[in-house]
Amino acid sequence: MGAFNAVFSRDLRVAFRRWSELAHPLIFFSIVVTLFPLALSPTAAQLREVGVGVLWVATLLSSLLALDGLFRGDAEDGTLEQLLLSPVSTTVAVYAKVTAHALVTLVPLICLVPLSAYTFNIPAAALPTLVLALLLATPTLTVLVGLGAALTVGLRRGGSIVGLLVLPLTSPLLIFGTRATDLSMNGEPAAAPLFLLAALAVLAVSLGPLAIAAAVKVGIE
Amino acid sequence: MWRGERCLFEQLHFELEPAQLALLIGPNGSGKTTLLRVLAGLGLPTSGSVTWNGLAVSELAVEQRAEVAYRGHLEALKRDLTVVENLRFHAALWRTDTNVELILEELKLGSVAHMRARYLSAGQRRRVALAMLKMSGAKLWLLDEPTTNLDAEGRALVVDWTRRHLAEGGLAVIATHQPDEFAARGALMIEL
Repeated sequence: MGAFNAVFSRDLRVAFRRWSELAHPLIFFSIVVTLFPLALSPTAAQLREVGVGVLWVATLLSSLLALDGLFRGDAEDGTLEQLLLSPVSTTVAVYAKVTAHALVTLVPLICLVPLSAYTFNIPAAALPTLVLALLLATPTLTVLVGLGAALTVGLRRGGSIVGLLVLPLTSPLLIFGTRATDLSMNGEPAAAPLFLLAALAVLAVSLGPLAIAAAVKVGIE
Repeated sequence: MWRGERCLFEQLHFELEPAQLALLIGPNGSGKTTLLRVLAGLGLPTSGSVTWNGLAVSELAVEQRAEVAYRGHLEALKRDLTVVENLRFHAALWRTDTNVELILEELKLGSVAHMRARYLSAGQRRRVALAMLKMSGAKLWLLDEPTTNLDAEGRALVVDWTRRHLAEGGLAVIATHQPDEFAARGALMIEL
């Protein structure tokens, strides 16, 4: 637990000292979400039709923007190899890093979503389901992103490859997430897709860090 | 051991006893860093094995990793954290309760202790890396050109620390281009 805290608090501290980088995904998200109404006809009915899909895709794309920093910074200054050699379980260290990453990148993004949902004329009654679905998708998305970042840590310019690697794998999240929000917009119960998202989250939280730790070890060699 | 298409070295065999020093020498690109990384368990040899107390280094238990410290070309400093924050993090990882201020004093880093690592000179960064090495309390030191960027006084300190480490029964493998600095009785010279 001490090791988890040490890595977790260090990563948070480093992230807040470079707060301008934290803002990049948020600004990117806002721009993407603003571009869609400009490209489509901005009638209330049409915006409402596409809104949920746009918000989900924008969230996924924005989360990719931040992922390169997850392991690359540590790999470049040598702290990653010291972390692997230190008497701390690599899985615990990965757990801490990934949790800190999700907290500083995905959570602010999800906070931004209800605001944008308002501009897309999505009814307020559907917002709790939208946010809940995003929160349930966060662990799975973080683990996918972490796996991509870990596998490409040895490559000099891994950023673009990670997108190709990770984005197709996020499709179940997109399908269940948009379905849940659509159902609740039509006033129907949205429990089924939310349960599926939760099941994926449990899988990601239990096995993800082990897989990422193994990927980091391969990636650094 | 191969790197890419090229064989760096083959048929290399050596053993170290407590209080013994091994010096890795050889021209640039001869594989000193590669060998050190393999010894640390950061890479796997193409064929053959590396063991520490009879166990393969890549399969050491988490606690046993504390017995081996590797310091490479990268100092492992977070540029956005202060020197003290970097050292405290290192101490937390290695579960040591060393007095950070005392070590900083010995390394003449007291004046930059609360400065962010990005503002340090190359030599100062190297000194902080040495502080981390000292704090780890490891039995086996694997050092990759530890005197690079250091002034005469810093180099003397590294040599002195190594001597003391060996005198306390520690082991060290040091890659260097100035083997004379470290030369000690019974030191193993490995030429790549």
